[in-house]
Amino acid sequence: MTQPSTPAVRTRWQRIAESDLLFSFRRSPIVVIAGTLTAIFLLMALFAPLIAPHNPYDLKSLSLLDSNLPPAWAKDGDPRFLLGTDDQGRDILSTILYGLRASLLISILAVTLALTLGVSLGLLSGYIGGTLDAIIMRIADVQLTFPAILTALLIDGIASTLLKSRISENSELIILVIAIGLSYWVQYARTVRSVTLVEKNKEYVQAARLIGLSKIAIMFKHVLPNVMSPVLVLATINLALAIITEATLSFLGVGLPPTEPSLGTMIQIGNKYLFSGSWWMVAFPGITLALLVLAVNLLGDWLRDALNPRLR
Amino acid sequence: MLAYSIRRIFEAVIVMLTVALLAFILFRFVGDPVNQMVGQDTTLEDRERLREELGLNDPVPIQFARFVSNAMQLEFGMSYQVKQPVTRLIAERFPATFELSIAASLFALLLGIPMGVYTGIHRDSWISKTFLSLSLVGISLPTFLIGILLIYIFAVILGWLPSFGRGTVTNIGGWRTGLLSASGWKAIILPAITLGLFQMTLVTRLVRSQMMEVLRTDYIKFARARGLTSRAINFGHALKNTLIPVITIIGLQLGAIIAFAIITETVFQWPGMGLLFIQSVQNADIPVMSAYLMLVAFLFVTINFIVDLLYVWIDPRIRILSRET
Repeated sequence: MTQPSTPAVRTRWQRIAESDLLFSFRRSPIVVIAGTLTAIFLLMALFAPLIAPHNPYDLKSLSLLDSNLPPAWAKDGDPRFLLGTDDQGRDILSTILYGLRASLLISILAVTLALTLGVSLGLLSGYIGGTLDAIIMRIADVQLTFPAILTALLIDGIASTLLKSRISENSELIILVIAIGLSYWVQYARTVRSVTLVEKNKEYVQAARLIGLSKIAIMFKHVLPNVMSPVLVLATINLALAIITEATLSFLGVGLPPTEPSLGTMIQIGNKYLFSGSWWMVAFPGITLALLVLAVNLLGDWLRDALNPRLR
Repeated sequence: MLAYSIRRIFEAVIVMLTVALLAFILFRFVGDPVNQMVGQDTTLEDRERLREELGLNDPVPIQFARFVSNAMQLEFGMSYQVKQPVTRLIAERFPATFELSIAASLFALLLGIPMGVYTGIHRDSWISKTFLSLSLVGISLPTFLIGILLIYIFAVILGWLPSFGRGTVTNIGGWRTGLLSASGWKAIILPAITLGLFQMTLVTRLVRSQMMEVLRTDYIKFARARGLTSRAINFGHALKNTLIPVITIIGLQLGAIIAFAIITETVFQWPGMGLLFIQSVQNADIPVMSAYLMLVAFLFVTINFIVDLLYVWIDPRIRILSRET
């Protein structure tokens, strides 16, 4: 008699360690570097108040005597400020850490908003169909006519006119999240809708319908898990786009205010001093932004290939 | 073809009306138009009179109809910020954006197509590999960072090119062009490269993948067997067949170029429509915002329409398919 075919019970960690996903992750050195870099950036953002040598939001600790200092290794550099200071005497390194925190917080919240909105609308559109489907998809078509950056700018303009007088604390942050989130929901809705159209005719959905589950329960408990893998890929690629959009809006002067700078705001401030030779004000936030976007992009590309069954 | 065109025009009109509705809601309900136009010391009666004159007391559907008919006559009201007709503001700025967009598209095509052909034919040469990895880095950099980098290299360090403005501008019948002076040509180089870089990498990758596909086909093998020179095969046979998707993409990307001109114009202080739009967003100048929105939507819809027709006209296979359906 052959060995019984029941596999040994494995813990969750073992299953993760043996998965195809982790295998394909370890196989490519570039992906490992990108993953490590993303993790480092996330940790830096998370623990910014602990790591940062100075607190850039604390106006009392700033001194204009320290402004426009070059990096510590350059001539006239000050060892207290490793990467130099900006026009208000803020330590560039600390401001980058706090800026990274702001950029990542806004981008992640915006992607979450876009994902929630897009997935819900896509499920409704695909599962219920009819007039609702037609309306949602028409709106999506119109929005797709415009590039996302334009939509984000427009929503930002409207939202800040409407909200600025009412909320003062954190209103810029909320406006940015709404503006970026509402500009990127269409792709999720379209993807989820097309997958839902296929899934809703499968037997497990019919079975769920036969035992009398409600439409909402079927959509979110049974169909949703089966549409998640393309959504995950989209979300990763979208995170890179959201980071760029946030930086762009802040650079254009409609994002975070100069008192609570994100990476884009820092580059905008530094850009004014480029001609006076203060290259470090632009260079360090710029490099951080570029590395962050590149790393997340590479991770997104890898995830797309790894989760695509056709490419395996 | 006629039925197809009519259907597409109908769709385009629906999109335009939706955008017009959005612009109208924006204009009418985001902030009070009257408060924006008058000063602090205007009396309530004066405000009410202005309200009546502007027709703000009419039923909303009538106001919307008036908004659309005004828009069709290119009448968008006065800017809150600079107290000038919006149409004139935009008309003044349009040539700058137009010249910049055309220059950026030309840059993308004139560099992108040869690079695509080259990397498609010589897939494994080190130039191809370097170029493709550079383009990956290039598209990861946000537009404004590329602009700043170019300014730092060519304006600050080398001092070869100006970093802002359009140079000397000549006025020809209301069209203010920068292309008639040496300083204007110098000024457009950096913004055009910044704006066109992303499109250039897009065209390169598109032409490359199309070339690789076409070079595998039987008629190319046959052309080789006939003993044609590789130059005649690559350019006369292969490239010609790759251009249909390139035309479509470039047409559709023209819309993206106009949108991204906002960023490039801000970096280079290029006095175009994008800069006007950014200022209107910062100042909550709603009439300018809604007019810009309508104009950009109109450009997008028109471009999409022309590209669709071109596509049908160039490729007979689609013509036959659309006749059957």
